[in-house]
Amino acid sequence: MRKTLLESLTHGSLTEPAPAPDDSALAELAAKVDRAAQARLGRSLAIRAVDAGSCNGCELEIHALSNAFYDIERFGLRFVASPRHADVLLVTGPVTKNMRQALERTYNATPDPKWVVAVGGCAIDGGIFRGSYACVGGVSETVPVDLHIKGCPPSPTDLLKGLLALLKHVSGTR
Amino acid sequence: MDILDNIPQVKAVLSHRPWPRAVVTEAGWQAAIDRLVEGGLTLLGLWGEPTAVHMAVRDGGSAEIAVVTYECAAGTFPSVASRHPPALRLERTIHDLFGLVPSVADDLRPWLDHHAWGKSYPLSGRNASRDVRPYQFLPAEGEALHQVAVGPVHAGIIEPGHFRFTANGEHVVRLEQWLGYTHKGIESLMQGASLEVAAKLASRTSGDSAVAYAFAFACAVEAALQIEAPRQATLLRALMAELERLANHLGDIGAICNDASFALMHAQTGILRERCLRAANVAFGHRLMMDVIVPGGVTRDIAPDGVAALRALLAELRKVFPRLVELYDNTASLQDRTVTTGIVKAEYARRFGAGGYVGRASGRDFDARRAIAYAPYDTLSFEVPVLQAGDVNARVWIRIREVEQSIGLIEQILDQLGPGGLETALPPGIGRGACEGMALTEAFRGDVLVWLRLDGELRVERCHLRDASWFQWPLLETAIEGNIIADFPLCNKSFNCSYSGVDL
Repeated sequence: MRKTLLESLTHGSLTEPAPAPDDSALAELAAKVDRAAQARLGRSLAIRAVDAGSCNGCELEIHALSNAFYDIERFGLRFVASPRHADVLLVTGPVTKNMRQALERTYNATPDPKWVVAVGGCAIDGGIFRGSYACVGGVSETVPVDLHIKGCPPSPTDLLKGLLALLKHVSGTR
Repeated sequence: MDILDNIPQVKAVLSHRPWPRAVVTEAGWQAAIDRLVEGGLTLLGLWGEPTAVHMAVRDGGSAEIAVVTYECAAGTFPSVASRHPPALRLERTIHDLFGLVPSVADDLRPWLDHHAWGKSYPLSGRNASRDVRPYQFLPAEGEALHQVAVGPVHAGIIEPGHFRFTANGEHVVRLEQWLGYTHKGIESLMQGASLEVAAKLASRTSGDSAVAYAFAFACAVEAALQIEAPRQATLLRALMAELERLANHLGDIGAICNDASFALMHAQTGILRERCLRAANVAFGHRLMMDVIVPGGVTRDIAPDGVAALRALLAELRKVFPRLVELYDNTASLQDRTVTTGIVKAEYARRFGAGGYVGRASGRDFDARRAIAYAPYDTLSFEVPVLQAGDVNARVWIRIREVEQSIGLIEQILDQLGPGGLETALPPGIGRGACEGMALTEAFRGDVLVWLRLDGELRVERCHLRDASWFQWPLLETAIEGNIIADFPLCNKSFNCSYSGVDL
């Protein structure tokens, strides 16, 4: 264990420089986020991930945000275990009908001000699962969405760009 | 002796490949169930069509595989689950989707159907409605018992499902799972889909096994059409499959340790997992390697700098991984949590035909790569680790040994890669009736089964995908019994069953 710990101290950090916030995400947010809600939270957001029927691909990449390369917590972004502690809901999947009620309840359990980020192609419009009897088809058909992050699944860098845009916008540092 | 010899048949279905399929009488169906109950056969899958049910079985002695079909003239079929419990959730699913009634079933509660679809029996092709009743969990009675309801939205970044614990103090008396939350209707979307769309759907059945599903789907199509992918394509498929296994096992080993509050291991394996995904991205243009495997072959060759990226990855793994294994082995506080926790009895693993590390940590020596020896594994050398203890620790060790084997496999494949064709052209149509194919591949968590029927224009008429988790989830219910609730995350992570893969 000592060797592993020492190496971590002596070797340079693996963490990579932050990517620039996504411009199209900033534009989308500018149109949606209430200015009154800005600057209330400082540069810190608590995120609650909700899988609304994804294939689990998006979850794998959301997980990756916490590894040493992306180190999401350095930006003041952190994942929390309950919607009641959250500022942001990160929602994946085509919203299966079996998850619709749970998603609505999670949204209602999240205190205001809150933001919803729809992650992945299915979360935008149902993606490849659109048209199924079992899917609602897009997060915005169930709860209001502030930001979409595209990709199947979006890479951790894409996720980070979107979330940094949200952080920048919310904290009013534009 | 042929696997179907003792099973009274109506007719053999000649267009089914590579294994035989026979339509059987009721006596034949019962004879197959007899052999499942005796343990001579293992259930590989049980799925429906609007007027028939199919059961895939494997003979443990001769290693033969076959599919038997019962035609449900009256909308009913003799229940498998009432005599062979591993079939239970599959049978409830058949009822939910097709409305066929297993007789006489002990348990016909809805499984995937949460009364939210706006219709009943969506794949039956008829309008029938079903009584809406609140879901009844199985009773647990006794003094001082209390229930803990968890999910579908969980505390971590994981898939949704409901766990109902009945506990006495800290100790779990019974766990009952209720899944189906991520049911997307994949099998209905498959119907009438082109092979291109169907392959994409298959690889999004469970995103962590995107390669394994696409691999199995492609093999099933190729079996149906009686074509073979070129050698170079099969090598690239196996290369991606082993990279997928490496990434998932590394992630799991760290995540299990993290659930025992040992964050150092999680951080270290997280780095290795990320390196795997980055190498995959360099080599194949996608971190999870989605949509590279297609029926007939692969859509692209490995990138010119892919080989170097993978060799660098292997060098890094060879340097760092043994040290992490030593760390796992020598940390008493970690072993204290994993050893003797969440034991799966060998008898259950055998009866349920549990695949992957769940089966192999409990003495079930089965790996589709060796048992079926599909290309290119028939020409590669590797070992299948098997342990007997059946606890969380054993499931960690199986993963550790498989990481080592996958490293060796990737090296062998890189040495054999060369120029070569990537795709065998599919026939434009088959100009005759439907053809059927089936395949099994080994995903990181166990064997994936794909069964399909194609029409004359090569559209999917019916496709069934069976994840390894169908036969692992029920064993998690047994493994947690008598353990404390606080150890559930640890046990659950050591299984890492798929939700999306079984919810479909």
